[in-house]
Amino acid sequence: MLEALPHRAAIWNFLFGRLTLDSMPFLKPDLEGRIVLVTFIIVAIGGLAILGAITKARKWGYLWKEWFTSVDHKKLGIMYMILATVMLLRGFADAVMMRSQQAVAFGPHMGYLPPEHYDQIFSAHGAIMIFFVAMTYIVGIMNYVMPLQIGSRDVAFPFLNNLSFWFTFWGAMLFMLSLFLGDFSMAGWLGYPPVSELQQGSGVDYYIWGLQLSGLGTLLTGINFAVTILKLRAPGMTLMKMPVFSWTTLCTSGLIIATFPVLTATLFMLALDRYVGTHFFTTGGGGNVMMYINLIWIWGHPEVYILILPLFGVFSEIVPTFSGKPLFGYSSMVYATVAIMILSYLVWLHHFFTMGSGADVNSFFSLTTMMISIPTGVKIFNWLFTMYRGRIRFTVPMLWTLGFLFTFTIGGMTGVMLSVAPADFLLHNSLFLVAHFHNVIIGGVVFGSFAAVNYWFPKAFGFKLDEFWGKASFWFWQIGFWVAFGPLYILGLMGVTRRLSHFEDPSLQIWFIIAAFGAFLIALGILSFLIQIYVSIVRRKAYAVGHDPWDGRTLEWSTSSPPPDYNFAFIPLVRERDAWTDMKAHGFRRPLDGFNPIHMPKNTATGVVIGVLAFACCFGLIWYIWWLAAASLAGVIAVAIAHTFNYHHDHHIPADEVREFEHAGNWQPETRGVNA
Amino acid sequence: MNTTAIDSAASVPPEFLCREEAPPRNGTLLGFWIYLMSDCFIFASLFACNAVLGSNYAGGPTAAEVFDLPGLALNTALLLVSSVTFGFAMLEMARQNKRAMLGWLAVAGLLAAAFVGLEIHEFLGMIAEGAGPGRSAFLSSFFTLVATHGLHVTLGILWLIVLMVQTTKFGLNEANVRRLQCLSMFWHFLDLVWVGVFSYVYLIGVLR
Repeated sequence: MLEALPHRAAIWNFLFGRLTLDSMPFLKPDLEGRIVLVTFIIVAIGGLAILGAITKARKWGYLWKEWFTSVDHKKLGIMYMILATVMLLRGFADAVMMRSQQAVAFGPHMGYLPPEHYDQIFSAHGAIMIFFVAMTYIVGIMNYVMPLQIGSRDVAFPFLNNLSFWFTFWGAMLFMLSLFLGDFSMAGWLGYPPVSELQQGSGVDYYIWGLQLSGLGTLLTGINFAVTILKLRAPGMTLMKMPVFSWTTLCTSGLIIATFPVLTATLFMLALDRYVGTHFFTTGGGGNVMMYINLIWIWGHPEVYILILPLFGVFSEIVPTFSGKPLFGYSSMVYATVAIMILSYLVWLHHFFTMGSGADVNSFFSLTTMMISIPTGVKIFNWLFTMYRGRIRFTVPMLWTLGFLFTFTIGGMTGVMLSVAPADFLLHNSLFLVAHFHNVIIGGVVFGSFAAVNYWFPKAFGFKLDEFWGKASFWFWQIGFWVAFGPLYILGLMGVTRRLSHFEDPSLQIWFIIAAFGAFLIALGILSFLIQIYVSIVRRKAYAVGHDPWDGRTLEWSTSSPPPDYNFAFIPLVRERDAWTDMKAHGFRRPLDGFNPIHMPKNTATGVVIGVLAFACCFGLIWYIWWLAAASLAGVIAVAIAHTFNYHHDHHIPADEVREFEHAGNWQPETRGVNA
Repeated sequence: MNTTAIDSAASVPPEFLCREEAPPRNGTLLGFWIYLMSDCFIFASLFACNAVLGSNYAGGPTAAEVFDLPGLALNTALLLVSSVTFGFAMLEMARQNKRAMLGWLAVAGLLAAAFVGLEIHEFLGMIAEGAGPGRSAFLSSFFTLVATHGLHVTLGILWLIVLMVQTTKFGLNEANVRRLQCLSMFWHFLDLVWVGVFSYVYLIGVLR
């Protein structure tokens, strides 16, 4: 498998591995080549325009000093959100191609995508949407909000936080690179063998190393957040006084810690099968394909709860705020979160009831799957009871929340249908399943992320997002979702399987045309979201708000918008749940004197350097450029060791500077101190 | 009205802020402990593969044919004694006895290096006999699990050398003590994993 190319001189094989001019699909004269060429030109022009604009505005120094090397959880959080939004556009472009292909490829018409290209598109769409959109959004939200909510100045390991971001970023870049150099995996978003072992070329290797890199970043993030929550909560904030969003962050971190290593090990074994010819998941040599399927879902099922739990936390913040009431059933919300965390580890086999493990095993996993709907139902009712008799304000975050309650609940119910093993034998790998998981992931994770963006945007930037375009985005998404995925439920019940690039039966076509129209509506939703951001930035003076625009209940609303680097001039003393509501109720006044110097971590370039070297190492592994892989791996180790020789990675912000900010920052007037 | 006067007199707002800066709290030991637990899941996955694939010989050599139990006993002894000597080093660290600590660390490192050397020797011997990782699923899972452990030990040795240099140069400062404590946890953790490897992969392997 690892032979060099015979028709080239040895030195070229050494320097470039298996990379040749043929590896560039945009040089091929066929239709696919032309599609990639056009994409490449657009991306190249767009990229050059952005780089040129930054250079012209002389912003490189600013970006390097204030963003790339920053260890500030708030800036890293914003960078995650930007990365996720960019990757959403990429993943959605894949979705549009699939929807349009399936709408036209009937009977004699083969559509415009050949099967091997179509297979890459659905594989890339799934992997990108999960790893670089959903995961990246939730990590961004947790990064920004959690330390502020628990009254901390930063996360426990600020440098690791920066490193995690760069691992995620370069993992995403590997996926993007596969567009223009080589191909991508055709083995679906989870890279099932035997396809992922039999597919020649660089495609599966892009998949493996892109995920290894970003998975490592996610694991470090999970450890970081868990320690932050366990160690750095403000005094008085016992676990049962902690805001629910921080609780869900803790549970998600626990799941990350317990599952991402399994992903790492599984992809590592897949890589060994591909690179050194071991027999883990091969059909010959004693390997066992189902071993891979089991292991990947031991990671994969908890993963979907890793995604949804933080958004459950987001809704648990938004609903009380806009209902003007404390959260109904706080303790039950916490216990439900913990129950989901534990149960999510015990359901993985429901992804392959058809494996043939027998009625007893299937019954066990069927029951645990159904049991998960109990704590989830508890949460739904808690949100409803919080709203009951509340004075609800129908702001954009609240609209997304209501849309979530409606959409996600239906998605949850179709999930319970799938959990019935005998029914699953019919629905397995059908479009019904595709509709179900989009129903919970779009209805839950995507709606939740947009709710969170609209809710915390004023905290991060000091101005609100435009209401009109926010509502337009919501309605396009909400209606578009049902138009796009309602037909898939129907088709799935009729027995249509997923991942097909061509159909024979013309009576099915109308449903795919409706679904394509739904995708068009969703496209308008995404466009409205981008317009919403643009319009709000343009009108930022008119939309400016103070530090507590929503009458919030938790500590992040007690500090300036945007918050200072140090978050809080004085660490809060927490007495109650909803600490900020408690402070407001007692007429809290912000002190304007008596500040202390504040101890903060320094920025560092180590994360950027290790990120680039790790990217180079993965690139070398993908293209068999062994010298590059070895040299950059050695570089990673050397830089990491050199980093430990620097013992002074912190500094103090002088009390004068703190005082200056506390006077100049963006606070609403009513909380200023009496001596102001 | 006098109720207002009473109210404002009685409602001295409670203190909501810590007026003094608390010393920074360090979560490194907890964080490292959690990292070790996550590493456990990597080994758990590899052990699970060994459990499933461990007797899939695919017509190749069986465990009883390729494992060298006396060599294994020596190897195990080296690693366990290395853990003990690391423990002695930590005791010397607690007594602020830098020279003795460095001495014990060197012994621990050498024992671990001998362990890795023997393991490489064993691997090369097996590959020379045609029992390499590509021969059967059993050998794939064996090589991967044991080599992953060996790679951990190798990185531990590298880390040990770095810390010995740093302690020599900068003394037993707070950061170095913390790092040594982390490495100590790592060292003992690898020992524990090895106990699993030699009892499950080797001993049960030759029985099945």
